[in-house]
Amino acid sequence: MNRFLLPLAGFVLLLVVLLVGLKRAPDKSILPSPLIGKPVPQFTLPNLFDDTKPVSSESLKGRWLLVNVWGTWCVECRAEHQVLLQIKQQARVPILGIDWKDQNEDAMAWLAQLGNPYERVATDRDGRVAIDWGVYGAPESFLISPAGTVVYKHIGAMTEQVWQSEFLPRVNAPAGTAAPPASPLSAAGASGRGA
Amino acid sequence: MLVELGHYALILALLLAAAQAFFGLAGPALQRERWLAAVPSAACGQFVFVALAVGVLVHAFVTNDFSVRYVAENSNSALPLFYRVTALWGAHEGSMLLWILVLTLWTMALVARSRYLPPAFAARALGVLGVISFCFLLFTLATSNPFARLIPAAPDGNDLNPLLQDPAFAVHPPILYMGYVGFSVSFALACAAMIEGRRDQLWAHWMRPWTVMAWAFLACGIALGSWWAYYELGWGGFWFWDPVENASFMPWLIGTALIHSLAVTDKRGLFKSWTLLLAVTAFSLSLIGTFLVRSGVLVSVHSFAADPSRGIFILILLVVMIGGALGLYAWRAPLMKSAAGFDFISRESFLLFNNILLTIAAAVVFGGTLAPMIADTLGLGTLSVGPPYFNPSFLVPILPMLSLVALGMHARWRRGGLGEARRPVLLALGAALIMGLALSLGVYAHPLTLTPIGATVGLWIILAALIDPIQRLRRRQRLPASVAGMSIAHIGLGVFVLGITFVQSNTIERDIALKPGQSAQLGAYQFRYEGGQDIEGPNYEGFRGKVTITRNGAPVSVLYPEKRRYLVQGTVQTTAAIAPGLNRDLLAALGEDVGAGAWSLRLQYRPLIRCVWIGALIMAIGGVTAVIGRRQRGLAPQDERLALNAGAARLHGEGGAR
Repeated sequence: MNRFLLPLAGFVLLLVVLLVGLKRAPDKSILPSPLIGKPVPQFTLPNLFDDTKPVSSESLKGRWLLVNVWGTWCVECRAEHQVLLQIKQQARVPILGIDWKDQNEDAMAWLAQLGNPYERVATDRDGRVAIDWGVYGAPESFLISPAGTVVYKHIGAMTEQVWQSEFLPRVNAPAGTAAPPASPLSAAGASGRGA
Repeated sequence: MLVELGHYALILALLLAAAQAFFGLAGPALQRERWLAAVPSAACGQFVFVALAVGVLVHAFVTNDFSVRYVAENSNSALPLFYRVTALWGAHEGSMLLWILVLTLWTMALVARSRYLPPAFAARALGVLGVISFCFLLFTLATSNPFARLIPAAPDGNDLNPLLQDPAFAVHPPILYMGYVGFSVSFALACAAMIEGRRDQLWAHWMRPWTVMAWAFLACGIALGSWWAYYELGWGGFWFWDPVENASFMPWLIGTALIHSLAVTDKRGLFKSWTLLLAVTAFSLSLIGTFLVRSGVLVSVHSFAADPSRGIFILILLVVMIGGALGLYAWRAPLMKSAAGFDFISRESFLLFNNILLTIAAAVVFGGTLAPMIADTLGLGTLSVGPPYFNPSFLVPILPMLSLVALGMHARWRRGGLGEARRPVLLALGAALIMGLALSLGVYAHPLTLTPIGATVGLWIILAALIDPIQRLRRRQRLPASVAGMSIAHIGLGVFVLGITFVQSNTIERDIALKPGQSAQLGAYQFRYEGGQDIEGPNYEGFRGKVTITRNGAPVSVLYPEKRRYLVQGTVQTTAAIAPGLNRDLLAALGEDVGAGAWSLRLQYRPLIRCVWIGALIMAIGGVTAVIGRRQRGLAPQDERLALNAGAARLHGEGGAR
């Protein structure tokens, strides 16, 4: 064999490795959170629409809940807003919004203009509570079980695909069993590519 | 409107790149003289339109146009103007644009120098650059358009990553890209030589200055990045074997090998096919680095937003560019026969060892970088490869390489032995040994086993590099720029080796919680925590501590380490405070507020760490000296052209006979 072909052969081998690596590239949005499997952090925050009824961590229990951290200054939040409105329409899982480091007037104007997907909105003006939740940056979404434990965390904008493949299977799974996360391949098939 | 014009400018640049590639490669092949003339014009036009696109994006950043998605995601109206400009390369899309701008700059430089090259050869090289440029413009337009709109416009932007809000970020990526992308010229010249099937070694002569310039830029860029990580990340280290650091380091190692093997090919006509392979490899590693950073296959602090579709696209581009060049190599390299031979102990053989050892070193880094991915692929579970692997394995090829430098510099071409340099080289070794032992056993106590070896090798390289200039001065001979450049670069290497040796063996680090008024002792230095206060910046708030350092009671420095929280993204960032010095750095960084006024602090003493970066800088200065001097020393342009035409004529004769 021609020894001058060896570099090309090496490159082909490298390509195979890179291609396989790419197929298996870890999805950065499923960074494990230390909170998963633990009770939600304790907090009491003002309610955006009703000063007399603050939102506390106790009030999260009793049903499946999606906690969405957002802000009007956040570009990706605007991108995910339509998806949140669709989730609200499905009426399977209510959404609690944590309005993070924002102004009340801005938040109200935003919800009035784009529609309100949230059951309630807690306002975290100075960002203390978000730190307890380990929020890197908005938007982030947490799935909370009826027992009040954090089941899943998604970093970045919520999409139809993520909701169908990562959140809903966990809600549908029988109580007490940890729902297996759908593999990326089956997720792509199940999502209907609507996202 | 302006933003759309920027987008169109980029599309026009794509078309011109296609024209440059087509006319540059097809013109010489089909022997259309007129087509050759179109190549430089296409290259110039491409540069103008790329520059225009960059200008438009800068304008969007400066005017806070948050209807552009890229601007909205990476800037904020509270961001200072300076960082709004540098935010251009703060994320994937804009940095691709910078990559392309740098490529067109190098292309323009080659156009400017192409009158010294045979027209057909220059056209082919520019054609290859056109292919590269076309690939990257297509990639940018198809998957990473920086001009995409955000509708409705965001009221304000998401802010630039706080880590990047630093003056070093203004220069690190452009200089690094100048190095990375600069190897594209060597690559293009190598491809042109292979397409023509040149049997002479003139191409090596032409390739040398381009390679050295790119190599010098890359050295500066890597050193700058290392220095930035050192003071900005507050970890205190200067090299982490992070995949992306490795991605820039591997082309540099291969580039170093290439410079040395080019010397042999240029002077003696040996190692031709090997030199071509190195030229292709250096740029290929730059391209693979780009793939690793931007596809999300490896996790790194440098990673850009991952997008698998981009990964596939880059992979296809890799096949076109690297696969094409290596295919060309398999086809043409057998033609490149080397006629002459050389003795076992000669300059040639030392440079061969240099090449082999540097290539092994690059392979060690390459293997370590890809190992986690390969292990994952083979189902061996997740594997973490870090300094415990890299530090010792890298030393295995590099230590012998460094030990041979002093001998290799003075070995004679072709004939065996060191000749008249034998005595001074051995004297230098003796002096280095004494000084090295004195340094590692006397001045810096508690050394590792390797410390005296590293100190001796570093000093030997420096002293040996001085022999030639000193001898020439004593004989009142001129010091040619190429010799001066080589000496300077090797002195830089020696300084670098000394720095690494002592910073690795004599660093003291302590993580300790201190209340105001308490102090900690590091070697001869006493660090006293004085307390701190809350601070407020333009777009952040935070805490600033005060640490006073004394040595035997005498004040040395006062440090103000900070911990900042950036308001828009909510990210927390530690800014270490450093008291720099040529002989040592003292560093303090804030950890956590542990209550009752006490803070956990990270305190460090790092001897000679500046030598690491200064050494790299001296190496780069050496390279630039050699290139600039060479131009002044070289033949007058018309003579050079005559010589080249003669070479070209010879080649045409051969081509006809084949």
